[in-house]
Amino acid sequence: MIYLDNAATTLKKPDCVVAAVTEALCNMGNSSRGTHDSSLKSARAVFAARSSLAKLFNAPGPEQVVFTQNSTEALNMALCGLFCKGDHVITTALEHNSVLRPLYRLEDEGVISLSVVPADRQGRPDYDAFSRLIRPETRAIVCTHASNLTGNVMDLERVGAIAKSHGLLLVVDASQTAGAYPIDMKRMNISVLCFTGHKGLMGPQGTGGMCLARDVRIRPFKVGGSGVQSYSRAHPAEMPTRLEAGTLNGHGIAGLGAGVDYILEKGVDAIHAYEIALAKHFYEGVRDIPGVTVYGDFTNWNRTAVVTLNIGDYDSGAVSDALWEDFGIATRPGAHCAPLMHHALGTAEQGAVRFSFALFNTLDEADAAIAAVKELAQCD
Amino acid sequence: MRLKKPRLIVTFHTTTAAMGMEIACSRAGLPGRLIPVPREITAGCGMAWCAPPEAQADLEAFVTKENITTAGWYELTL
Ligand SMILES: Cc1ncc(COP(=O)(O)O)c(C=O)c1O
Repeated sequence: MIYLDNAATTLKKPDCVVAAVTEALCNMGNSSRGTHDSSLKSARAVFAARSSLAKLFNAPGPEQVVFTQNSTEALNMALCGLFCKGDHVITTALEHNSVLRPLYRLEDEGVISLSVVPADRQGRPDYDAFSRLIRPETRAIVCTHASNLTGNVMDLERVGAIAKSHGLLLVVDASQTAGAYPIDMKRMNISVLCFTGHKGLMGPQGTGGMCLARDVRIRPFKVGGSGVQSYSRAHPAEMPTRLEAGTLNGHGIAGLGAGVDYILEKGVDAIHAYEIALAKHFYEGVRDIPGVTVYGDFTNWNRTAVVTLNIGDYDSGAVSDALWEDFGIATRPGAHCAPLMHHALGTAEQGAVRFSFALFNTLDEADAAIAAVKELAQCD
Repeated sequence: MRLKKPRLIVTFHTTTAAMGMEIACSRAGLPGRLIPVPREITAGCGMAWCAPPEAQADLEAFVTKENITTAGWYELTL
């Protein structure tokens, strides 16, 4: 099999991740629930993972790193815990449903009003619209760092500067970039950075979280066991316990921590350069094939290693199924949980076939994918 | 692209139901496999059961017997 669906989840994990999860399953107790060796092993692994994540994203410190099940949970916690009645929020057409649906729900419940920065046919956001849409009651900009559909990267320094100059919160969905593209919370003025553990961070599914800037406070949506302050009626107010009730996914977090350490050792820039070289090779191999339409902005390579295309008017599901059945190539078809982006690209009906590359892919695999697209396009 | 032929397509409301169909059919030796939902049925995402049209009667009787909830049955040339 040639696995090119890494934007959905990375399939191949570094050996150290597998080893860390196995070790955790064999030896880890419950973090923050006692001081015997097994419990401390877990607490140490969780703390190490927090520290590594804080380093990777230049977050204020390990106590500002909160673990959740995935970025969807982190985004829901952040969006539902930040906004109050009357707040206005700006988001973009690049967003995933994990951003859009919580915002739509808050809008439908009469809590917030919402404005959307549009995108053009190449999926590029209209940066000028951010400032244009700001109103006196605007509280935040909520945006993705990269589109999961096109791989276009949002210029977060630019958006962060706008947010800072207007005193707005900046909530970022880093699902597609964490571990695969450089992120600096301070330089980008990010208030809340939501990440998922199973994609570019190369950890297990069921891991993710968010990093909070020092002055950001989120209302917890769950309270309960914390391992500290047991006689207090209220859940502890201190970070990160404030936002973590119940036993953490210690086994998964141990794997996530190992993945982040692996990334820190390799360097995000080096990982990005490798992945982009594969994506570029593939893009250059397919873009001129008659009948192939590639979506997104390829005028520069400040993007993620995603190349999304269609062949003629074929249903993207049929193309993806043929790639799998006839060539053993795993891709993702259809609508990619990003409805506004599909509308901007004009692919709402056809969907699109996404090829996404990661660190364990090779140039030979990219070549095989080019040959497969050529062959499918030829018998068009 | 591949040669098109008539196929029976069964859709489901949830991925859980689709997985239930796959496991039940494979246990019972009934034909078919999971594919992306064709856009002729719905644009978007999700999976559907794809089988030869001649298996329709057997599959219909089977899902009734096994209490598998399906969303729709279609014959399409794909
Ligand atoms: C841009 C974007 N946001 C959010 C998500 C949701 O990630 P998860 O399912 O891990 O919560 C994804 C993953 O598909 C994504 O690509």
